[in-house]
Amino acid sequence: MAVMNNVEAVRATLYDALKNDERTLILGEDVGARGNVFLITKDFINEFGPERIIDTPIAEASIAGIAVGMAMEGLRPIAEIQFADFIYPAFNQIVGEAAKIRYRSNGEYTCPLVIRTPYGGGVRGALSHSVSVEALFYHVPGLKIVAPAFPADIKGLLNTAIDDPDPVLFLEHKKTYRLVKGEVPDGHYTIPLGKANVLKPGTQVTAISYGLYVHWALEAARKLEDEEGISVEVIDLRSIRPMDKTTILESVRKTRKVLIIHEDNKFGGIGAEISAMIAEEALFDLDAPIRRLCGPDVPAMGYALPLEEEFMSSPDEMAAAMRELARF
Amino acid sequence: MATTITMPQLGETVTEGTVAQWLKKPGDSVEKYEPFVEVSTDKVNAEVPAPVSGVLREILVKEGETVATGTPIAVIEEVGAQSSAPAPAPADASVQPAPHAPTPVTPAFAPTHADRSPAATAFSPGLQVASSATNGHGACAAADAGSLEAALRKASPAVRRLAREHHIDIRTLKGTGAHGRVTAADVLAAAQMGPSAAVGQAIASAAAPAATPTRSTVSAPPASGTSTYGEPIPGTLIPLTQARRIIAERMVESKHTAPHAWSMVEVDVTTLWAWREREKARFERETGYKLTLLPFFIRAVVESLARFPLMNARFTPDGIYVEKDVNIGIAVGLPTNLVVPVIKHADTLSIKGLALAAAELIDRARKGKLTVDDLSGGTFTVNNNGANGSYASAPIINAGQAGIVTMEAVVKKPVVVENDAIAIRQMMNVCLSLDHRVVDGYIASGFLADLKKRLEAMGPDGVL
Repeated sequence: MAVMNNVEAVRATLYDALKNDERTLILGEDVGARGNVFLITKDFINEFGPERIIDTPIAEASIAGIAVGMAMEGLRPIAEIQFADFIYPAFNQIVGEAAKIRYRSNGEYTCPLVIRTPYGGGVRGALSHSVSVEALFYHVPGLKIVAPAFPADIKGLLNTAIDDPDPVLFLEHKKTYRLVKGEVPDGHYTIPLGKANVLKPGTQVTAISYGLYVHWALEAARKLEDEEGISVEVIDLRSIRPMDKTTILESVRKTRKVLIIHEDNKFGGIGAEISAMIAEEALFDLDAPIRRLCGPDVPAMGYALPLEEEFMSSPDEMAAAMRELARF
Repeated sequence: MATTITMPQLGETVTEGTVAQWLKKPGDSVEKYEPFVEVSTDKVNAEVPAPVSGVLREILVKEGETVATGTPIAVIEEVGAQSSAPAPAPADASVQPAPHAPTPVTPAFAPTHADRSPAATAFSPGLQVASSATNGHGACAAADAGSLEAALRKASPAVRRLAREHHIDIRTLKGTGAHGRVTAADVLAAAQMGPSAAVGQAIASAAAPAATPTRSTVSAPPASGTSTYGEPIPGTLIPLTQARRIIAERMVESKHTAPHAWSMVEVDVTTLWAWREREKARFERETGYKLTLLPFFIRAVVESLARFPLMNARFTPDGIYVEKDVNIGIAVGLPTNLVVPVIKHADTLSIKGLALAAAELIDRARKGKLTVDDLSGGTFTVNNNGANGSYASAPIINAGQAGIVTMEAVVKKPVVVENDAIAIRQMMNVCLSLDHRVVDGYIASGFLADLKKRLEAMGPDGVL
């Protein structure tokens, strides 16, 4: 078992995939000679050659469109959008093409495509290097969205995403890239998509999150338990869609109080869907209004530190929300 | 054929009963064995089953009225028989309890009730709603409906569902949530403590000065003992409940006939306390009841009674009757009432058995569900006075027994121990009132010394 950070986990998993399956290839901006802006694919081009590690023009529509074609014809492309903020030009190819190919061809074609992209803020990335895009794609049937927070989950879920016969949007929170370290099991393994992970059991409040905020929620919950005896169950969604209703509902039925935390904007966000699901399935188990702690509904995260801090939540804020719910 | 129902005799020494509540009204059909009236006697409320199936034709005794046992209280027309009895007279209508309407009061009580209304308005902000209504009864009903609505407005879906599933009235719970909200955990806790817990809590909160005044106190019939003291209004007369009257009579009887002597010992319960501290979490987890010092104390008392059988005796004109059984009464104070349910054959129970028996009796006492049997047969009484912080007390003997002991508050004190050293120990006073006709100080002090020795030998190790 090796200790890795999130960047290393992505890199190791991609490397193994390239090693083990000749159909896999990586395409994106600066993935070749530059080795990706976070050095995830450093030196890959030397080992696997420019036919499998493809430097593309700055044209996201083309990256996604070409990848869709490759996937439909039997390859296993892993496309990279350098920053999630730049994914908008590829929206048509992802939503209009990739997600619908199986349906449109009546099952004759599938699109085994992985689109990886770093997302999220808290890194002084400002307007065009901080965005969370999950809710934009969340609405689309035919797309799976994964947002792991730990190195071991990254490996297992990326392996599953690459194996998946349909398109998977693989979101990597850039602030966790080198911040989060953890043990990663050796050898090939997979973690099923749509399976959340209860990181910490608890009895009074269920906190649901994903990505960077999972780490902060866990920190807040542990502090509350140690210092105030408040017991919070922390769920890491890992997969945003499909949603793991079973794990969420099991926890809600136990704690009866729910806090959903995400960095993405509140309005129409992932938390809205989870809230609605809980209200539909478990209303009579709820002992408090469902609470969401989310990014503000402003156009972007500001560059100025106070603006960034205002946008981002914090372990303290999360603890306060958990405490309030527990006492409600 | 019409069957006349008489006031039953509930208990060997009971000579009269009060109709607490009619569960049926004239015209209602009743099945044989179906409870149709609630009767209260000496500390016991009992539902009386119908001896025959039929239709309740006539109610002869109004709610709140006390009549001698054997007095006709109702007429039931048996099924299949031609009705020969007249239809309920209009006058009877006044005593029919209509659903949701406040229970009518007896004529004797009515003026008091009327007198109270303005006073209530003046003293209790919670009752000001009542003053705007046209009459007392209407106001009470409206206020009750309002409190239900308010309670439901704050109740989460989970609380509503759990309350429904566990048959708990959320208005009777003391909320631990924000702003006193009743939480799902509160409902579950009440459910876990047993069905009587909610009532017990309600009684407890009604007794607390800060508790919301319960509107039902004004309209309640005088027979329902729990509400009489709910809201004492200065300058008004609180009519005696059956229970209160009998408590008064018994106390006077005991104090006047049994010459009380009193003694006290100071007991070092440090090791006993440690034992109980060690066991209490597990006990509560396993049984759902809190482990108090009471069962340990009762265990020591029954062992001392075995050594001093004259303490387990009673005075009769013909001689001192030494009891065969050791049945320990435990005094349970309720806000308006005092009951002493009895643990039968307490000398045959382990500490755990005593704990469970006591907890169960206390539970039912708080719910008002004690039976005549629960309250009879006591041979000696234990009173856990210290629970409320009392340091010493001079209890009145339960008539027909030789003594009563109290457990007073356990307090840490500096105590001179071996070699004139001073140590901090947990000390508890044990007070004894004895019927000096039965025993003298020699036996009584021997009993107390023995009890002290046994308590001090308990713990820190042992098996419950």
